[in-house]
Amino acid sequence: MLELTARQLRDRIVRRDICSVEAVEAVFAQIDKSEPTVGAYLTLDRTGAMEAARRVDEKIAAGNSVGALAGVPMAIKDNLCRQGAATTCGSKILANFHSPYDAHVVERLHAADAVILGKTNLDEFAMGSSTENSGLKRTVNPWDPTRVPGGSSGGSAAAVAARMCYAALGSDTGGSIRQPASFCGVVGLKPTYGRVSRYGLVAYGSSLDQIGPLTRDVADSALILQVIAGHDLRDSTSVSEEIAPIPDYSAHLDDPLKGLRIAFVPHLNEGADPQVLAAFQNAVELYRSLGANIVEVRMPHLDYAIACYYVIATAEASSNLSRYDGVHYGHRSKKADEFAQVYNLSRAEGFGAEVKRRIMLGTYALSSGYYDAYYLKALKVRNLIRQDFSRVFEQADCILMPVAPSTAFGLGEKTADPLQMYLADIYTIAVNLAGIPGISVPCGFDDHGLPIGLQILSGPFTEDKLLRVARMFEKTANLPQRVPAVLG
Amino acid sequence: MAGTIDEAQVRKVAKLARLELTDEEVKRFSRDLAAILEYIQKLNELNTDGVEPLAHCLPITNVLRDDIVRPSLGAEATLANAPDRYEDYFKVPSIFDDNSGA
Repeated sequence: MLELTARQLRDRIVRRDICSVEAVEAVFAQIDKSEPTVGAYLTLDRTGAMEAARRVDEKIAAGNSVGALAGVPMAIKDNLCRQGAATTCGSKILANFHSPYDAHVVERLHAADAVILGKTNLDEFAMGSSTENSGLKRTVNPWDPTRVPGGSSGGSAAAVAARMCYAALGSDTGGSIRQPASFCGVVGLKPTYGRVSRYGLVAYGSSLDQIGPLTRDVADSALILQVIAGHDLRDSTSVSEEIAPIPDYSAHLDDPLKGLRIAFVPHLNEGADPQVLAAFQNAVELYRSLGANIVEVRMPHLDYAIACYYVIATAEASSNLSRYDGVHYGHRSKKADEFAQVYNLSRAEGFGAEVKRRIMLGTYALSSGYYDAYYLKALKVRNLIRQDFSRVFEQADCILMPVAPSTAFGLGEKTADPLQMYLADIYTIAVNLAGIPGISVPCGFDDHGLPIGLQILSGPFTEDKLLRVARMFEKTANLPQRVPAVLG
Repeated sequence: MAGTIDEAQVRKVAKLARLELTDEEVKRFSRDLAAILEYIQKLNELNTDGVEPLAHCLPITNVLRDDIVRPSLGAEATLANAPDRYEDYFKVPSIFDDNSGA
């Protein structure tokens, strides 16, 4: 039962071949087995999940209609608010915070009759690429427990890979869905900025953050995007369906696209690991064999994406994280006996090193005398980066890239040098600056048996095309059927 | 663009960011931030004269809605996570000295 996809499970639950309670019990049995090694979850809600499963089973037994994710056990990243539940963002500063309301996407999951199992680990406030910045827990890669799961949605990716849920939600500010999906051998989709409401997603970089699914396959990704996409009055940056209609993402998923034009950017691949590159080139050849027209393009400003991102994202973060003041919610220092110390000490005690580093960098970039040189300059470069993408999408449907320069690296391997960690975001980060959608799909394994991901990008609000192109690869690639080490 | 950041600047930025740093953190961050800022200098290789700054990528500009009263959280839910409270208020250590006349 654990090998089913979310869609397959949902269909069987609706047909009453399996009941949701059985699926939840099977997943918790798997969690009992693998979670002590993997450490994907920050909190589990067994009682709530069993009750929700029972309600879905009763609805079906009574002949009532049920939602698109009926009875499917899912996990959510712990920067998404769920009413009454702890929402820690992997930070000591929110260790005791309980959400007073549901995020928009959580409301949508409930409305679709999904069963929420618990909340997954992440780099503190989603700042990181390995989940090692979590202030609360260590998560390892299910394919090799000496390696990182990627990040920042590392808990969600690891939980999906280790069959500790059927699908999960994550958030992606600079690659935080796509890169852990790649490291853990699952599918990860970052929708177009504005496609999914960010209401109830704890803010990191507000012009970059987007919520998306981590799943076993592309069809599940389409299914979940359908559930969470759409306008929400409470997020003024969520785009209305009049401006960008929401198609049926599943209806034509299996139809290959004819006359597909695919671009790739040769000079970007120079720094990638040879095995990652080999898998990437195989993917390009596979599309060629499917009749796609492959074009080489230049995107001269992508080399500046990391520098641009680490100014803009940290500037936004320094502003967003000013709300953690020790006054309204979150940690307050016990040593604070005068008012200024409530701020200074509570934040000093509550935030971890990487969060402090990014707040410092962002504050510096926005401070008097440096604003024009850093922040304004970065916003202009951001425009150049977006123009690079717009030009390519005039002549191609999609762009192919690796997801990361390497497969999952070792725990502790990059923690000493923050800049080296940032540089590994080279393939994912420009996508957030340009606001476009991107998906990571498994495309092979390296010599250590670690998964490699293929990244596919398309123009704004063309997720339907993106998913079909991803499905073409998934259906024809014939990857070896392997399971993560923790399942062996 | 200033290329480097010394410990005095780190302390100034920490004050702006309301972060109490240890001496060790000041050292560490001045080293880390200097390396990151040096990398960011890369942006200066690009001529951006006449390029509009891009704050977001949305195909929308002003978002308006009707001014309608809607349910909100209410005092209990809002204060439920407060580190300290007095009746329906957030409570903090006194901001003014007792003899300030405030």
